[in-house]
Amino acid sequence: MAISFDRALGIHQHTVGIRTQRAEVLASNIANADTPQYKAQDIDFKQALANAQTRQGFAMASTNERHFNVNLPPTGELKYRVPNQPDTGDGNTVDMQVERNNYLQNALEHQASLTFLGSKFRGLTSAIKGE
Amino acid sequence: MSLFNVLDVAGSGMSAQSIRLNTTASNLANADSVSSSIDTTYRARHPVFAAQFDSAMRDQSAVPVEVKGIVESDKPLIRQYDPEHPMADEQGYIFKPNVNTVEEMADMMSASRSYQTNVQIADAAKQMLNRTLQLGK
Repeated sequence: MAISFDRALGIHQHTVGIRTQRAEVLASNIANADTPQYKAQDIDFKQALANAQTRQGFAMASTNERHFNVNLPPTGELKYRVPNQPDTGDGNTVDMQVERNNYLQNALEHQASLTFLGSKFRGLTSAIKGE
Repeated sequence: MSLFNVLDVAGSGMSAQSIRLNTTASNLANADSVSSSIDTTYRARHPVFAAQFDSAMRDQSAVPVEVKGIVESDKPLIRQYDPEHPMADEQGYIFKPNVNTVEEMADMMSASRSYQTNVQIADAAKQMLNRTLQLGK
């Protein structure tokens, strides 16, 4: 019986990737906290996880060097955050406190996912070694 | 590995905020530099931030910030009657920069806090990367 990594690792192999991408999005929000007209974004985790599990994503071949590189990552689309304040004066919708807390939470969740993944690997290793 | 993009993004934020801090320092330093004509008077400088969407085209989630340029403030200069001043013009007026010290101080606080936050983001990303690299050990 072959070991199926997909089944052995479960959901955690997908969550790490999504957490990583979410860290990127949240870092962008924080870096652009003072950029006029910047709109804060976030990833819809539930949808991203569903997309990652079914591997929905596409890339288009570029046949000319001037083509844009269009690829939709399998982790799903970005959505704009609904701001708490109607207008901050410069069209920026980044709420630093919210973003920082989200980033912190995301980092912890990333660590949790990695811990789960690590223990899955340890389990596989001990199964292979027959310990 | 998209966690490296977090370092890029946080780095762009740090560099943008340090430019903002630099202009603020120059504004505060020149807040009292007097001159005898409108053209030679110091004007408050402020950086213009923009989201770098061309790199966002390549990789959809990371949007670094870029400094488009530094603009001088259009606010009117302060014209003060002071015939005793060595820099006074023929009519006895001196010109003072349009630097609002209180605004600049608030800007300085905001810039240094944002810089700090970006450093923390980079640090957290570093830890996330380290943990990822140690996976399975």
